[in-house]
Amino acid sequence: MDILAVLIPVSLLLGMGGLLAFWWTLKRGQYDDPEGDGQRILRGDYDDKPKG
Amino acid sequence: MSDTFEAPSISACPACIATPSAVERAQAAAAARPARIMLSVPDAHCAACISTVEGDLEAMPGINSARLNLTLRRVSVDAEAGVTAADVIAKLATLGYPAYELDPGQLSMTETDKQGRDLLMRLGVAGFSMMNIMLLSVAVWSGATDATRDLFHLISAVIALPTVAFSGQPFFRRAWAGVKAGRLDMDFPISLAIILATGMSLFETLNGGHHAYFDAAVMLTFFLLAGRYLDFRTRAVARSAAQELAALEVPRAIRLLDGVEDNVSVADLKPGDLVLVRPGGRIPVDGVVVEGQSELDRSLLTGETLPVFAGPDLLVTAGAVNLTGPLTVRVTAAGKDTSLHRMADLVAVAENARNKYTTLAEKAARMYSPSVHILSFGAFGVWMWLTGGDVRFALNISAATLIITCPCALGLAVPAVVTAASGRLFRAGLLIKDGSALERLAEVDTVVFDKTGTLTMGTPEPQNLGALSAEDLGVAAALAQASSHPLALSLAQAARALGAIPALLEDIAEVPGHGVQAIWQGQRVRLGRANWVGAEALSVTASYLAVGPRAPRAIEFSDRLRPGAAEAVAAFQAQGKRVMLISGDVPGAVSDMAARLGITDWQAEALPQDKSATIEALQAQGHRVLMVGDGLNDTVALTAAHVSISPGSALDAARVASDIVLLGASLAPLPEAQRVSVRAVQRIRENFAISFGYNIIAVPIALVGLASPLIAALAMSVSSITVALNALRLK
Repeated sequence: MDILAVLIPVSLLLGMGGLLAFWWTLKRGQYDDPEGDGQRILRGDYDDKPKG
Repeated sequence: MSDTFEAPSISACPACIATPSAVERAQAAAAARPARIMLSVPDAHCAACISTVEGDLEAMPGINSARLNLTLRRVSVDAEAGVTAADVIAKLATLGYPAYELDPGQLSMTETDKQGRDLLMRLGVAGFSMMNIMLLSVAVWSGATDATRDLFHLISAVIALPTVAFSGQPFFRRAWAGVKAGRLDMDFPISLAIILATGMSLFETLNGGHHAYFDAAVMLTFFLLAGRYLDFRTRAVARSAAQELAALEVPRAIRLLDGVEDNVSVADLKPGDLVLVRPGGRIPVDGVVVEGQSELDRSLLTGETLPVFAGPDLLVTAGAVNLTGPLTVRVTAAGKDTSLHRMADLVAVAENARNKYTTLAEKAARMYSPSVHILSFGAFGVWMWLTGGDVRFALNISAATLIITCPCALGLAVPAVVTAASGRLFRAGLLIKDGSALERLAEVDTVVFDKTGTLTMGTPEPQNLGALSAEDLGVAAALAQASSHPLALSLAQAARALGAIPALLEDIAEVPGHGVQAIWQGQRVRLGRANWVGAEALSVTASYLAVGPRAPRAIEFSDRLRPGAAEAVAAFQAQGKRVMLISGDVPGAVSDMAARLGITDWQAEALPQDKSATIEALQAQGHRVLMVGDGLNDTVALTAAHVSISPGSALDAARVASDIVLLGASLAPLPEAQRVSVRAVQRIRENFAISFGYNIIAVPIALVGLASPLIAALAMSVSSITVALNALRLK
């Protein structure tokens, strides 16, 4: 059961990583226009002024 | 801001007085600063729209960048000084997208955005903690014992405690506010369940107990936060819609001061001021005509389509549209004293009655909240008595009961249904401004339509051009081309469509308020009002054509039907609803319209008070009335009705008064919207039934003390997922 000493911190770290990634997307305003972003990715022409 | 900031520095620095005032320079700089223009583009819906709108706008000189938000259907334009919203709107109109200017100040939205992000963050934290604790719990459920179990419980506690403290805050705060106000709403049992479960589990963990409910507590927080977020989104969309509508119109007027024209806000006008109203402009105040002759279109005020003559000494009211000649009006009442604003008082009275509506969720919460407390405390008391005072065991049962009666049907399912339904209606072109409007729309059994501007487009069309000789038609077309009067414009267009060749006229002159006259082949020809051309006035909207000494001919006009009006009326009738037409117009025009649409129930020459009185009488008989209207004369009726809809072309006062705004021009989505709302309410009821069924099974299990953490977690997730899936079934 020694493996638990490794696996539990690892799973917690992975969870924290996911949480941080979510926090980053929220901060960058990636949920402001979900519908538009979904359509933009399918466009043929190059988006030379991406939101940023 | 610059004024208050710069003022002290002027006195502190004498040299500054010699140079141009810093305040003035700051103001000049502000005027020349690049502007951010916000526009609402309701028709943008696809990937191609993004390319078209952004590409074409950026190709416009003076525009740095344009960004279309497809979710909110707004385009924000970063433009250099000199580019106005009107330019961008004109450009978008050529692309086929009607656009409306929005006031960026009104739409700052930062507060709402912050609240939304805050909720989303709490939801995210709860979600990630829930997954981690669930993994640890699976190990405990599958048989971890002794030290391993205690360790896993301890790690769960370390994750759960900060999560509950952070993510549970919205519930705790509202529950505390409720307790202080002396009422028990949904948030109190939720907070109690979360805190009791976490506290009991912490105690059990520290004492090596078998059961810990950390997973259930965090899961409850997560599911309820998800419902809270959906609810928030729906209300934020509704609020921004209301703001959007409020930001649409800025009332301005031209004040004459010693013959100099001055563009001022209507709020700055005082009685006694002189106001110039140009043809096509709306009269901003109540007053008396001092100078000029014209015709007034009062259809938005009274519903009558026939324009009235306006000359000196005529009393005019705010809201009428000036048609032909410029008018100078002496203000008798401005701002809050105008007849337009007095209408607002009537609206406020009617509004009070409607605010008493309780939604299904509120009704359910009123039943749920006390019964949960009674059950939980009852269980505590009974087990204290049965076990002879074992507080730990009794509290465990009590916490399990609170958790297992998960109010997810209330907290998650209702918002999910409302979100799904309003999303569907938004795609059909309806903006819901009020959360309970959906439920109220579902109860409707009577539909009342206004005529002018609602069932019709408010644009007249000539009806009997075929009866005119080709010669007369040519003369009429040529005369009509010389005027910008709506009847003349429509006549000219219709004549062109018939292929009429305009006759050659000499000495064409428009006589404001009367009509157009000219000389044709040596004879005087006139097109205009009945008494001016010497004709007998008809009861319907008409223009009269006199050619030389011959008897004048009447050209009758009737309003063009709004697209989808006939379909909407037919569909409502097919659904078995009573359809009525109430208008302020003359009986002839109203009965014609009613016959065209197959409406048997109509009322003409109704004043605003008559309309609302009719609706109130219907509602007193137990009917639920849907009012569809657009004019100022409809606002009281719109507010008095059980639920109300106005087209996007309606006056802002009417849009504010109604619960739902139709974005497109067609009325066809209305019956479909009503059907969707009936289905949505049905889903909400089903969800209550489902969660009630779960509780009937789960509560006895909890009460007898058999609810292990595994059963609690299963019951909660299964019931939440079932109600959410049922909500998404809405088509």
